[in-house]
Amino acid sequence: MEALFAVLVGALFTVAFYLFLSKHIIRILMGAAILSNGVNLLIFTAGRVTREVPPVIGADADVLAANAANPLPQALILTAIVISFSFFAFLLVLGFRTFQKLETDRSDEMRLAEPVSEPSPPLGY
Amino acid sequence: MRTIIFRSIAPFLTSLMVLFSIFVLLRGHNEPGGGFIGGLIAASALAIYGIACGVAAVRRAIYYHPIAISAFGLFMATLAGVLSMFAGVPFMSGLWIYPEILGVELALSSVLIFDVGVYLVVVGAISSIALGLEEGDRD
Amino acid sequence: MAGKTAPLEDLSVAYVMDPVAAADWLIPAPVVWCLLIGALLVMLRKRTALQPLIAIPALAVLALMTIGLLWHVVVNGTVTMTMGRWLPPFGISFTVDLLSAFFAVTSSLVALAAGIYGRSDVDDSSRRYGFYPFLLLIMAGIIGAFLTGDIFNLYVWFEVLLISSFGLLVLGSRPVQFDGAVKYAFLNLIATTLFLVTTGYLYGLFGTLNMADIAIKASELRGTAPLMTLVTLFLLAFAMKAAAFPVNFWLPASYHTPRIVVSALFGGLLTKVGIYALLRILGMLFPVEREELSFLIALAAALTMILGVIGALAQNDIRRAMGFLVISGIGVMMAGLALGSPAGLSGAILYAAHSMVVMTALYFAVGIGARLGGGFRLSEAGGLYTRNAMVAGLTLVLFLSVAGLPPFSGFWPKIMLVKASLDVGAWWLAGAILMTGLLTTITVGRIWALAYWRPMPDTVSGEAPDERDLSPLSMGATAALGGLVAITAAAGVWPEPVMALAQEAARGLLDPSAYVQSVFPVEATQ
Repeated sequence: MEALFAVLVGALFTVAFYLFLSKHIIRILMGAAILSNGVNLLIFTAGRVTREVPPVIGADADVLAANAANPLPQALILTAIVISFSFFAFLLVLGFRTFQKLETDRSDEMRLAEPVSEPSPPLGY
Repeated sequence: MRTIIFRSIAPFLTSLMVLFSIFVLLRGHNEPGGGFIGGLIAASALAIYGIACGVAAVRRAIYYHPIAISAFGLFMATLAGVLSMFAGVPFMSGLWIYPEILGVELALSSVLIFDVGVYLVVVGAISSIALGLEEGDRD
Repeated sequence: MAGKTAPLEDLSVAYVMDPVAAADWLIPAPVVWCLLIGALLVMLRKRTALQPLIAIPALAVLALMTIGLLWHVVVNGTVTMTMGRWLPPFGISFTVDLLSAFFAVTSSLVALAAGIYGRSDVDDSSRRYGFYPFLLLIMAGIIGAFLTGDIFNLYVWFEVLLISSFGLLVLGSRPVQFDGAVKYAFLNLIATTLFLVTTGYLYGLFGTLNMADIAIKASELRGTAPLMTLVTLFLLAFAMKAAAFPVNFWLPASYHTPRIVVSALFGGLLTKVGIYALLRILGMLFPVEREELSFLIALAAALTMILGVIGALAQNDIRRAMGFLVISGIGVMMAGLALGSPAGLSGAILYAAHSMVVMTALYFAVGIGARLGGGFRLSEAGGLYTRNAMVAGLTLVLFLSVAGLPPFSGFWPKIMLVKASLDVGAWWLAGAILMTGLLTTITVGRIWALAYWRPMPDTVSGEAPDERDLSPLSMGATAALGGLVAITAAAGVWPEPVMALAQEAARGLLDPSAYVQSVFPVEATQ
């Protein structure tokens, strides 16, 4: 099961990085969304996936059953989902506002901060 | 999206969803639910209302600026952690009291305060982003 | 199957706990304070006149808290608080050793200066959009990252500071800021995601995220687990956060676009969080793997410092030159990490603290210079010395300090690093550090000669009005600059206390037994 998930994570990463190579902000954004899902799956896989018992302590027990699933990756993923979700929402707004202000979503046309025609500094006094 | 059906349904749908979100928030301590998921439901309720009746109506309805709501939530959640200072236990420890109100034992805790804080943070932050995007559409 | 299994651990320990000493509340206090005040300021965002009146005293209190924390650590050794009454490997620990406390103090002093400077630099509308709230929240992220003893929690604080930094970066909403913010946001997103990926691997290998626990288990797992992969990924992720060559390109693309006080804060603090993480994780948790990678780190360090300063030399915009100088300084710190010896690590720690103060002050000086009428372009600047000799003098001190000339604070860590590299025979690394010093001197010397010393050029073309607001020089801005200059001068003239502190912090990194004992007091006594 882990091997299958590892391949899936790899596939998600491949897709994400392919999208990151694009010039369009919107595709990079989609790449970010896919990457964050890939990472979540990776953490899930890293916590081992074969167990079937939910990590809930019964009313008559003190500790978890020995073969219960690992609850920590689930907590980590939940946190990571929250963060990547807010991140994605922010990037969406940022990309949209940038598109409105600069009227382009191609990253190679965004040269305001690093102008091509910036002169060299004075060489003499 | 300003069809007559949607506009007449939206206020009911919104109020139902907000009510449901509070239900989800309160059952969250021992069962599936909690502040984050409840906050998302409430934020999507506000987003639906915004799509149907316009962003200005939503802003009027929630009265406070969404970011201020979110900040209040953060304040509340942090204070919930600070409460444990007075009990002599580490930061963010859960503290419980069981007062009897009208013959019913009520389990109140600093965890609940924290969760309500999270709820408000999520409602504020997500609805402010959603409203911002809905407004941006009309430019 | 969930029968009454005999508990493996003595569960009663979790419930019987000594009451937390009042002084231990200093451990989470800086972060909690920043979050509370930050949230309060967001609620008060319409009251723009009130905001600095709350924020500046709050930042002063923050500085006092971190100084108290440093004192607590110096007196009592490494201290730990594990949140929510959980036992250490499971609960999130805040573990503060000398390194954490030292960086926390320095960063909170820098933040106080930024708060004071911001009063004159940030206009009303930017205040309404949250300069002060974001300042407090970003400080929560930065100090949280310094204090935490849990790797996933470190990731969370990275995200807190990152999201606040986005807010600060687009404050003012000029198109050029959006341009910079897009590059900053996406490249940092990749870096933090890489960090998260590595954290996932780490958890898969170790089954724990607590740094002290990892320090214990690393020696057992060495040889059976692919730790090199893990550490290389950490190196890449944090080097990207720290803007080391060849993953530094987001920094010069974005740091010069926001308001000068925001640039100052970023240039001073953000990249140092990446350096801190490198020191903590590579230096303390995985020293053997760091040793394996030391040539790679040294190569990256040398290239970062040389290429950074060459980039600075080529800039016409003074703010961009400063951005490249930030990168060049990162290279010097990485050199200390590559050496890994006590002298190397303490040099890196001292240089990081020096760089926090000096880079922030340099951006302040550049901002004040621009306000005095010089603008940000070297080709059009001039005559600042005749306008305000005191500011020109303070700037000169900073220029000498960043170049590493005595008697200012940049001199001592560079001496330590050069000596440490010669000790291990890495003459080329020592040469790179010295070469960087020379090139930095040329860069800042030219800026001073052109912008401050030469007479005002006749052809002052109109700058874009938003880049040049000729408001009169405020007391606050000069005081913030003067305070930071005083710190760098004091640390240069009387370096023994900070040097001793840095050396002690480096010793704590190399021998984490005190750190481990602070987290697991029970195990240590068994």
